[in-house]
Amino acid sequence: MVHAAFLMPLFPLVGFAVLLTLGRRIGDPWAGWIGTAAIAGAFVAACVTFAGLVGEPASTREFTQTFFTWIPVGGLQVKAALYIDPLSMTMCLFITGVSMLIHLYSIGYMKGDRDYSKFFVYLNLFVFSMLVLVLANNLLVTFVGWEGVGVCSYWLISYWFQSESNASAGKKAFIYNRIGDVGFLLAMFLIFSKAGSLDYSVIFAHKDLIGGGVATAAVLLLFLGACGKSAQIPLFNWLPDAMAGPTPVSALIHAATMVTAGVYLLCRVSPILQLSPDADWVIAIVGVSTAFVAMTIATSQQDIKKVLAFSTVSQIGYMILAVGCGAYTAAIFLMVCHAFYKGLLFLGAGSVIHGTEDEQDLKRLGALRKVLPWTFGTFIFGWLAISGIPPFSGFWSKGDVLDNVFAKSPVLWAIGLVTALGTAYYMTRLFYLTFYGKARWREPAPDRPAHHTPHESPWVMRIPLIVLAVLASVAGFIDLPVGGLDFFNTWLDPVFAGSLYNDHEHSLTVWALSVTDAAVAVLGLFIAWRIWRVRADRPEFEPRFLQRVWYWDDAYDAIFGRPGEALARFSATVIEGRIIDGAVNGVGSLVRVTSTKARRFQTGYVRNYALAIALGLALIIAFMVSRVWWS
Amino acid sequence: MSINGDWYLILAAALFAIGAVGLLVRRNVLVMFMCIELMLNAANLTFVTFSRMLGDIGGQAVVFFVLVVAAAEVVIGLGIVVTIFRRRVSTTADDLHVLKG
Repeated sequence: MVHAAFLMPLFPLVGFAVLLTLGRRIGDPWAGWIGTAAIAGAFVAACVTFAGLVGEPASTREFTQTFFTWIPVGGLQVKAALYIDPLSMTMCLFITGVSMLIHLYSIGYMKGDRDYSKFFVYLNLFVFSMLVLVLANNLLVTFVGWEGVGVCSYWLISYWFQSESNASAGKKAFIYNRIGDVGFLLAMFLIFSKAGSLDYSVIFAHKDLIGGGVATAAVLLLFLGACGKSAQIPLFNWLPDAMAGPTPVSALIHAATMVTAGVYLLCRVSPILQLSPDADWVIAIVGVSTAFVAMTIATSQQDIKKVLAFSTVSQIGYMILAVGCGAYTAAIFLMVCHAFYKGLLFLGAGSVIHGTEDEQDLKRLGALRKVLPWTFGTFIFGWLAISGIPPFSGFWSKGDVLDNVFAKSPVLWAIGLVTALGTAYYMTRLFYLTFYGKARWREPAPDRPAHHTPHESPWVMRIPLIVLAVLASVAGFIDLPVGGLDFFNTWLDPVFAGSLYNDHEHSLTVWALSVTDAAVAVLGLFIAWRIWRVRADRPEFEPRFLQRVWYWDDAYDAIFGRPGEALARFSATVIEGRIIDGAVNGVGSLVRVTSTKARRFQTGYVRNYALAIALGLALIIAFMVSRVWWS
Repeated sequence: MSINGDWYLILAAALFAIGAVGLLVRRNVLVMFMCIELMLNAANLTFVTFSRMLGDIGGQAVVFFVLVVAAAEVVIGLGIVVTIFRRRVSTTADDLHVLKG
């Protein structure tokens, strides 16, 4: 049954090919159904493979499916092969599952769009690339998937490219990711030069060949790649702008799956991470800083999607923090739960946006609980889950991360706890501004008229909301911090054997920490409830510093943007205008002046030419005679 | 009785000079053509003379090649001249200077 693994990427690829060639003719809504069916096929294949893998004994739960040798060059043998182990299996299950739900949702959300089928072309290609990324058995094939998801992300952010700001948001995402990709590539070169292979199994078998300094460099370069893809400091600014894309894209790519690829990559190469404790500290500190900074920004954003975007950055910061602490299982656990509840929150926000005809401003929403009952009802579960209220999934997964962080450093744990408080605060603010208070959409704003009564979304959009609400509520039970009930931990144990686990902690400590987490979540919720329950206009709680994202973009603009622009202008006027154009024009005018002089010789009179020949002949003869004479 | 070869060479040089000067001073295209033929045949005479003086048949063989090439050249040259005369009234070479730089 495990040999069904190749069907996982195959289904989306076939869906992509069919939609690419026939999509326009199939059109709305059948193109969407074909796209959804392709992902559903991949999900079934993933379930079958999973069943096969569970049937194996725990120690042999891994196998490689090789298709062909992609690059056979001397010592560099890169195979196109899939590597299935509990880690990649977990990724595949939730990627295909969440993708399937979001495809279904998109059928309703994208209804009536000009390029309906194109949307599903991109989305199917994205799922294919994502599966290649997680299933690859070597770094290079992972990189292929890595770039594939990057380019799909670019296309989908700029999906409504008629607007200039959407197009430049896509470019911004792409360029930030390129910076990270350089790190990934350099790390790959470094690892290959030491270990002599790019296959994960070979690298891990020869990890002793990678010395301490080289390991630190390789890990930091890989982490740079992860920072780009997973929107961590200093490369996090692209993710909020990526919200320019359609909301299902934000849910799928920029919340549930693609942005967690960086975390996955670090977990995949965890044996190398363990070689360098210094680099692990860097990872942990960057993670906790990102979590904290993004949390503070999320408390003051006006746009419903921007709040969720910074929330995503913050949550991925938690995952990176967990990776830095060696708690890979906790990172993956949070990633899975986050995919469920953040996917739910984004889809709920999409439902709000859909129902109010593209209103994203929190200050123009409000009192939607009556008119959007299904969205409201499901949103509650997402809200409570991300806030960390027991017994929803966020409580267990975030608690797992924080327990591990506490074992590494109480200081990092304290920052993480403050972030958890802020998380509960900003989500409650979002929730109350959207669903409670006055119906502000009834009043006309200076720049746009009052809305009609919003309408609830169709059933294709409600079903994913309901399924994700259920998952967001119960997903935490796959890994309870109690011996015997930590199924997820046991399942991933063969992959991450030897890393730090919270069962090393005394159970009393775990209890105390859990109670603290829950208390903090409730406190954050209560503060936001006091502030935002009735009034929407509280500028004292939305400082300009936070609304402007800590002036981060302005700083980049001043440090890189303006000098770059000045350099470009200098090149355009001086280097291009004077030096290069000068050389080209100089050659041109030299030829023109010379030829103006030289053309006088061409008179067109035959006798002149004949005379020239005669004179030339006379000269030659005179020369030869003189040679004979004086010899 | 045989004449000294030098006289042939002197005759050839004289013919060549007449042809060259004629080419330079005359304007009529047909006359210029005749001058060119004169120069070619002066060269042929030189070849034949040297062939005889040195007892080498190679010089006479070259003459045949020159004659063939000259015949071909005359055909093409006269064709061009006739075409030009059909389109133009005047017959001087100086009127044909459209290719000047």
